[in-house]
Amino acid sequence: MEFVNLDTQLQALRKTVQSFKRTLPILLGVILLLALASSLTPKNLYGKIFTGNQIIDPLIGAMVGSVAGGNPLTSYIIGGELRLQGISMLAVTAFIVAWVTVGVIQLPAEALMLGKRFAIIRNVTSFFTAIIIAILTVLILGWI
Amino acid sequence: MIAGIGEKVGASGVFLTCIIVVYFILGIVDFELARNTLHVLWTLILRVLPILILVFGIMFLTNLFFEPRNIVIILGKGSGFRGWAFAISGGIISSGPIYMWYPLLGDLKERGMKDSLIAAFLYNRAIKIPLIPMMVSYFGWPFTVTLFIYMILFSIANGLAVEKFVQGGKQ
Repeated sequence: MEFVNLDTQLQALRKTVQSFKRTLPILLGVILLLALASSLTPKNLYGKIFTGNQIIDPLIGAMVGSVAGGNPLTSYIIGGELRLQGISMLAVTAFIVAWVTVGVIQLPAEALMLGKRFAIIRNVTSFFTAIIIAILTVLILGWI
Repeated sequence: MIAGIGEKVGASGVFLTCIIVVYFILGIVDFELARNTLHVLWTLILRVLPILILVFGIMFLTNLFFEPRNIVIILGKGSGFRGWAFAISGGIISSGPIYMWYPLLGDLKERGMKDSLIAAFLYNRAIKIPLIPMMVSYFGWPFTVTLFIYMILFSIANGLAVEKFVQGGKQ
């Protein structure tokens, strides 16, 4: 195996540091924003906003999932709690899928690093596919 | 004057400054809440730091070993099935918050990675193998398997739609 010479290694390191320096303020901004959203959101809020309507609830689920975001594990726990409160599986599934695929809080960072048009289109399409996936999953399992 | 500062620090600097200002305002309005938020922030930073180091390492290695033309072959136009396989499996394997992967994806995009594959990678970040037992315990095997199959399939549909719309706007 041929080793990469020191000059090439230094060049790669310099390039990586440059990229990171450019993106660090954005990452820090997102982390600050997520911490803020997390501490400002009351833990019992999620259960209160669903209506019990089979058509509106998946939309609400996807919207809440899009705005909240974070570790997928948290979405499973909240989803499980919502299920216990009698929220439909359709709404819970849309919530779980949107939680991880759509990121309203991260949108500015995504736009700055991957392009504004890309970020908006990706988040909009992910929002709608979250609802479609929820409908298909619940339909195939015969839960409707 | 504000526009001048904006030009100097860039959009990312303005974004960060705005959020810091919000923290200051929160500190003045409700000190206790601001303190709690800082505690949440510290926990979050500790959680994402190892991922940040991992992403830095991967970026360094791709800069070291992959010329832009290699990236185009693997993840660019004409990458075909191999490109999709890389994006989907990469999204599933990668760990940590989604935003930690933006710098690497931005870097790869500059070097020729297709929008559809970036979107597929980000979509598959939803499937986390270590979290499967947790999902099964909450919702059962049938739900977990069905959802994951749909998510992989829709990551491709989503990727293709994103690319079509992004390119449609450029023309």
